[in-house]
Amino acid sequence: MPKHELILLKNMSQPGYSGSLADYEATGGYQALRATLGKTAPADVTTAVRKSGLRGRGGAGFPTGVKWGFLPKDYQGPRYLCCNADESEPGTFKDRQLMERDPHQMLEGIVLACYAIGAESAYIYIRGEMVLGSKILERAIGEARAAGYIGNNILGTGTHVDVWVHRGAGAYICGEETALLESLEGKRGLPRIKPPFPATHGLYNKPTVVNNVETLANLPHILTRGAEWFAAIGSPPKSTGTRVFCVSGHVKRPGNYEVPMGVTFRELVYEHAGGMRSNKPIKAFIPGGASAPFLTPDHLDVKMDFESVAAAGSMLGSGGVTVMEEGTSMVWAALRLMEFFYHESCGKCSPCREGSSWLVQTMRRIMAKRGRMEDLETLLDLCKNIAGRTVCAFGDAEVAPIQSTLKYWRDEYVSLIREAEAADLIMPEAAGVRH
Amino acid sequence: MLKEKYQKEIDEIISRYPVKRSALIPLLYLAQQEHGYVTEAAMKEIAQLLRLTPPQVYETVTFYTVLNLKPVGKFHMQVCKSLMCALAGSDTLLGWIKTKLGIAPGESTPDGLFTLSTVECLASCGTAPMMQINDDYYEQLTEAKVDKILGDLKTSGTSDLKSGPYMWPLPVNAVRREG
Repeated sequence: MPKHELILLKNMSQPGYSGSLADYEATGGYQALRATLGKTAPADVTTAVRKSGLRGRGGAGFPTGVKWGFLPKDYQGPRYLCCNADESEPGTFKDRQLMERDPHQMLEGIVLACYAIGAESAYIYIRGEMVLGSKILERAIGEARAAGYIGNNILGTGTHVDVWVHRGAGAYICGEETALLESLEGKRGLPRIKPPFPATHGLYNKPTVVNNVETLANLPHILTRGAEWFAAIGSPPKSTGTRVFCVSGHVKRPGNYEVPMGVTFRELVYEHAGGMRSNKPIKAFIPGGASAPFLTPDHLDVKMDFESVAAAGSMLGSGGVTVMEEGTSMVWAALRLMEFFYHESCGKCSPCREGSSWLVQTMRRIMAKRGRMEDLETLLDLCKNIAGRTVCAFGDAEVAPIQSTLKYWRDEYVSLIREAEAADLIMPEAAGVRH
Repeated sequence: MLKEKYQKEIDEIISRYPVKRSALIPLLYLAQQEHGYVTEAAMKEIAQLLRLTPPQVYETVTFYTVLNLKPVGKFHMQVCKSLMCALAGSDTLLGWIKTKLGIAPGESTPDGLFTLSTVECLASCGTAPMMQINDDYYEQLTEAKVDKILGDLKTSGTSDLKSGPYMWPLPVNAVRREG
């Protein structure tokens, strides 16, 4: 039995649970919708979500109810809800499971969110590669529409919500909410300059809320069991509820584990994920997806909530925990992530577009033992000139692996460079043809 | 022409959005499904359907990695090379696939059956190493599994090793399903 009560993964953890409408209804599914639509005022739903303390599960951790509250109250035209299912952060694979194994849980959340914000159209922006997931969602939407949970006049309450699945096409940046909106409008996924924020100028320039899959999947539970119940789980008052943490890397049992926020990394790695694969000690871990700075074994007792991880110098991000054992080259690991960011930079802002290329080239050179000591300063200088100087948070994310590995494992960079210098002493003519 | 064959689908797709251009990526998928890649003729036709200029379509297509501008083999093998798969041995696995197929990433086998690509994270880090072949995911790969998949694809065009609805780890007491 799991040590902690499961909320989001509860249904799918029952043997034989198929994720069909009948299975979902048998576990009490769509009861939150029945109890809320036409019975609780939309503004009260927003208040309940705000009181629950629910924060976005996509990475930024912005309070969901507060985000909804930014929508203009007196605006008469259409509003939109976009479900961010563009799960692309390396190390993260929870939304895929939530969508493919229990699609109605998330759909119920979508309809509840639409009701709260007054949206009649919702688009699920799912990453293009997840063909199976999009088929499962389309089938689930069909079931829900036939049962009267989606469509016109839902359950006779006069609420209209239509939901469509929109497949992205393989661009990491489209997980950034304004890039997602651009992509949904049929354009290149380039993030927009904010303000204005999507709450006032979102999809088609209309008031829009973008929420992550896991965020939305929490809503039926909050509305059924109450904001107070949710607010007491985890690390109140600022990190409430559970998180589905995705554990990958050198552990015995990688996978998705739902635990209350505030458990330690040690518990997650050694109790849930079974400890290290080869029983070697941990050398490093990434606490919240590729965008989060690396941490060391000294941080294993940090509590997994937004504030504690931030205080430790990283971020809880998307919940992707990647563990590396002793013996892993940190320069190599940082280069692998840098290759990812170089590939995925959308090209809109010069510091990120050009900087990611410079960073990856310098890192490749060091890894190939052709680096020079001044490269380390070049790397840090580049990082400083990218972070905070771009339209979106991608710039901050791409420098995280290099900055953090240089902070904790600078000696590994230095020793690779020393090897390069030693080779130069033997072959001085090689110095001029390093590039 | 897409219009003659898919008029109903096209109308339905366009009807989902208040602004026509939103139908662009879904229609490009339709074109890719038809020809295996997005042809110039398809881009021109879609531009006309959505009242866009061909460059507006082209600039969008070139942004997205899932949309192919060149023909690919019958089976497009896309091996994840991001850090999390690399920690689980994807480099060795890629080497194995390269040897088995006799091609490097970016190349196709002479018989046109396989195209090999390396791709970035596909959200299967808990079941690494992994690859996507056409629409399907294949996870927790080993050399033996790759051999079986390649054999299955050659003989029947599909493989029962492909992933079903994702859950890992599987619930205790549940029927164990491979992959």
